[in-house]
Amino acid sequence: MAQSAITEDTLRAALVERLQATHVEIQDMSGGCGQAFTSLIISPQFTGKTSLKRHRLVNTALRDEIAQIHAWSARCQTPEEYARDKQKEESSSEGVEGPPLDGTEGGRVEGTTA
Amino acid sequence: MFSRTVFQATRQAARRPSPFLTPFSLAPSSVSQRRLLSDVVRQAIDKAVSSAPVVLFMKGTPETPQCGFSRASIQVLGLQGVNPEKFAAYNVLEDQELRNGIKEYSDWPTIPQLYVDKEFVGGCDIIVSMHQSGELAKMLEEKGVVVKEEGSNESKPE
Repeated sequence: MAQSAITEDTLRAALVERLQATHVEIQDMSGGCGQAFTSLIISPQFTGKTSLKRHRLVNTALRDEIAQIHAWSARCQTPEEYARDKQKEESSSEGVEGPPLDGTEGGRVEGTTA
Repeated sequence: MFSRTVFQATRQAARRPSPFLTPFSLAPSSVSQRRLLSDVVRQAIDKAVSSAPVVLFMKGTPETPQCGFSRASIQVLGLQGVNPEKFAAYNVLEDQELRNGIKEYSDWPTIPQLYVDKEFVGGCDIIVSMHQSGELAKMLEEKGVVVKEEGSNESKPE
């Protein structure tokens, strides 16, 4: 079978399967080419790991995918951290943080990280 | 504004002879194919990583970043007040071997990449989140790489 295109759905499925992610938000930040994504990934596998180790886990799980796309950004949280943030949102006017948009212009990436 | 200090740093870094010029142009093309990262390239990157306490591998220059993620990262280092004398930036767009080599060297698939005291810190997501949490300010201060400004508390969230 020919290698299929990387989409929000294929990335989400890969993260659920390979990192047992309990919640995944993927956002296209390409503004056209469809090959730049930012993500919020919730997985119990992040528990007890530093931010760097969490990102490395994701990079390894998505090695082939990230190599194919133009830009990739991620926020990695444990289910507990995510629940805590959600609770915070309910008790204040602050919104829960979704996928990181730093480095983008209103959610559109300029340039690539590849 | 602090951001200016980082910009000046790279002007200095840019004036320095690039550690990549010689090694990369001498890199033999027939190196064992199984090893993607040749010893020559690895040594050149070793040298770059050790060239200053704070080293950023980025797309473009601090004055003219060629990518939003590199721009965000350089802005954070500027806001943190990183001492230009302790900072060097390398433009991966100037050298394809550096661009590919640094990814394998750090086992990290994207650019930018930040090193502090020869240790890999992370890419843009990590730099920004450490900036927001105050971890970055703490680390940079402990490493003694920020410009001390009297009466300034702005690099210390928390």
